[in-house]
Amino acid sequence: MYFDSQGRRVSRARFNQMYAAFKNRQELIKAGLMNRRDLVKLGLLSGGYLAAKGGLSAAWAYGGGGGSQCASPPTTPFTMQLPIMPLKQPVSVSSLSPAPQINPNTATNPATGLPFEGRTRTHQAPALGFAFPPPVVYQVTQKPGLVTMSNQLPQQTIWGFDGISPGPTYVANYGTPVLVRNVNGLQGDNSGFGNPSVTTHLHNAHTPSESDGFACDYFAFGQYYDQYYPNALAGFNSDHKPTGDINESLSTLWYHDHRVSFTAQNVYKGLAGFYLLFNQFDTGNETTGFRLPSFPAFDIPMMFNDRCFDPTTGLLVFDTFNLDGILGDKFLVNGVIQPVLHVHPRRYRLRWLNSGPSRFYQIYLTDLNNLNANNQFWQISNDGNLLPKAVLVPAVALGVAERADVIVDFTQLAGKTLYLENRLEQLNGRGPTGNVLAAGQGNLLLRIVVDQPQVADQSVDPATGPSYYALPSTNVTPLVQRSFDFDLSYNGQWVINDGLFDCNTVRFKVTQNSVETWEFKGGRFGDPPWSHPIHTHLEEFQILQGAPVLYPTGGGYQGSGSYYGTPPPSGTNLARKDVVRLTPNGDVIAFFRFRDWLGRYLLHCHNVIHEDHGMMLRFDVAVTGDNNQRP
Amino acid sequence: MPGMTRRRVLAGSAVLPVAGVMEAHGDPGAAPNRFAPPVPGREVMRRRYFPDLLLTTHEGRQVRFYNDLLKDKIVVLNLMYARCTGACPLVTSNLVKVQRLLRERMGHDLFIYSLTVKPEEDTPAELKAYAAMHGTGPGWLFLTGKPDDVELLRHKLGFADINPAIDRDKSRHSGMLRYGNERLALWGSCQGQARPEWIVEEISFVMPRGAPMAATS
Repeated sequence: MYFDSQGRRVSRARFNQMYAAFKNRQELIKAGLMNRRDLVKLGLLSGGYLAAKGGLSAAWAYGGGGGSQCASPPTTPFTMQLPIMPLKQPVSVSSLSPAPQINPNTATNPATGLPFEGRTRTHQAPALGFAFPPPVVYQVTQKPGLVTMSNQLPQQTIWGFDGISPGPTYVANYGTPVLVRNVNGLQGDNSGFGNPSVTTHLHNAHTPSESDGFACDYFAFGQYYDQYYPNALAGFNSDHKPTGDINESLSTLWYHDHRVSFTAQNVYKGLAGFYLLFNQFDTGNETTGFRLPSFPAFDIPMMFNDRCFDPTTGLLVFDTFNLDGILGDKFLVNGVIQPVLHVHPRRYRLRWLNSGPSRFYQIYLTDLNNLNANNQFWQISNDGNLLPKAVLVPAVALGVAERADVIVDFTQLAGKTLYLENRLEQLNGRGPTGNVLAAGQGNLLLRIVVDQPQVADQSVDPATGPSYYALPSTNVTPLVQRSFDFDLSYNGQWVINDGLFDCNTVRFKVTQNSVETWEFKGGRFGDPPWSHPIHTHLEEFQILQGAPVLYPTGGGYQGSGSYYGTPPPSGTNLARKDVVRLTPNGDVIAFFRFRDWLGRYLLHCHNVIHEDHGMMLRFDVAVTGDNNQRP
Repeated sequence: MPGMTRRRVLAGSAVLPVAGVMEAHGDPGAAPNRFAPPVPGREVMRRRYFPDLLLTTHEGRQVRFYNDLLKDKIVVLNLMYARCTGACPLVTSNLVKVQRLLRERMGHDLFIYSLTVKPEEDTPAELKAYAAMHGTGPGWLFLTGKPDDVELLRHKLGFADINPAIDRDKSRHSGMLRYGNERLALWGSCQGQARPEWIVEEISFVMPRGAPMAATS
């Protein structure tokens, strides 16, 4: 009698066949042949290894992998004020020791036995005429800190920039380059998660590779890394010499840890903050330029995230071995669970950021005493950059790392209490169901009380139709059109075009100062389906087709909003973006100009759990690129 | 009228969410000091993820998962079964190369553990034959155990698929690796089908200061 590996009886002929395959496999293994293609060719593996297996939709239950381990202790909401992060203060360049230098400081630090600096590549900016050292210099240290996230939970040990989370807010200006000396001061017990090896990415910035916070540019405790942020408009060294294209201005950026394989743990532990860029139009002063509400009094950055706490110790916990995505059951804004903000009856600019790790939001302004009220507001950016015009919206959808600046006019809401409410349903870490919950039934993030005295408001009313930046033309023939499939392999490994991440594998090369279009395709075989917020470094993009829209209220979501072939983008999708929500079956075409800088960059899913486990690739910008269309 | 009905429903629920918010989140007087004291990171990990189950190695030795296999060690964990023709041979042959690259540390402070997903058929003898076939060396253990224990461990280590139909299909077991430094509570995951050199680099991420650990020759 003969049996197969499943214990089923098989014929002698079949058994012999299986045995031959087994022997062949042994030979191959001995010979060191391990390439999947070879095995497929030899018939030892079936083809379509990554293909979907139909008919599996039967009886799976949601929640198995995504957040089911989250059972945080109860906390009373709205008992703490919304924290406002301090502004990062510059230091004198002479206070930096050793002095900053253009080439990496690879001398060995006798105190650590490691090079002083973690950087491996020369600063590109000075050779292009940027001052070195630049006029503004900062020093920031990643270090543990004790913080209060709720007055009913114990103090939490986080890792923060300068020991706080969110970290201090940088206020930068176009035309003024800065150097940030980033010191790794992370030591001590990690409470179960977090790798004390870091690299800091300035998200959305047009940054030379060596200062971008490339995932593999990590450095250890006791080392520093000097990052040079030119704060120069894209095109300054290519199609808009010498000052760059004003229509590429950026405004709301954020910085966060990007340590390869440990980004999720490190950001969850607190390593993130805001970096705001101003210029002659977006001035931070409501009496000049575009006359947007003044910073910081009426211009408030808000970082949203969700977290889990241990029911026994009340301490922050990370779901280390959940690779679908982590959902928290506590909602924080600027580091505090469900805080309160008191405002004056006037216009405010609120800068919203979803800092992850995995949840998608659709945020409404809810009046719990009048759930019928449609409290619309003006969306003025979609990611870091002002739209051509403000758009009146009922809500904003945010995938991980997406941002939106909105202007809310509280004038008519004086005396009221409102809530920022996430009404998007999400049951596991892979992505939202697409259902929009009824008003008042979602996650209340922030209470806003309009109880402060009347004050002057000199900001421009968006209803008067002010224009911001025009969109740069996309009427250019791309040099290369590339295509990327974001999938989960047959054996549960996140992949892009079936490929796995590796710091040293350059998947393709883009020609410096060229135009490309990239097609992003969402996983077709997800069961349950998944969504991916796709992010690109160095350059932002414009969506030509397949732009995602708000999740519809009242049902009708079919993994939709993002189909190749949908009408061209309109409204808030007429934008420059650096993250796009790839919905299930989504198909997005994005237009890029890769300008000015050279070197290593990343394309990845910003569900940081997916990112850490292979849904990322390295591409390089080089003087001469390639035309690999499915890299 | 439908409009009326809807308004009434909403008007009725208008009060509820406020009450729900206040009550669902419990006792406002709750004080922080009712919580258990903090424990070190490695203890957090042990309690959450590492039950000290009794397992059997391919050499027929009885071992405790936490105390004998993880404690104070740097480890790599993967799933397999002896007669697997899918991802296992690829991942195993990758790990053979990892083992070769890290031979100076294998069995000293670094260990590889391959857990069968078919404990019913993977007896120690089966696993021993599998180990011999792949030429695995010291410090690499193939593990089996009571089916319920193996299943619990697989779930604890996050190797279960959210979709039960996929999860039941043993040929689709996770091709991911877990790797960690137990003492430092540093744990990560990487793809078993990555290049062996990259897997070595990933393992080095949980070494203090990320010092390179591959044999130089």
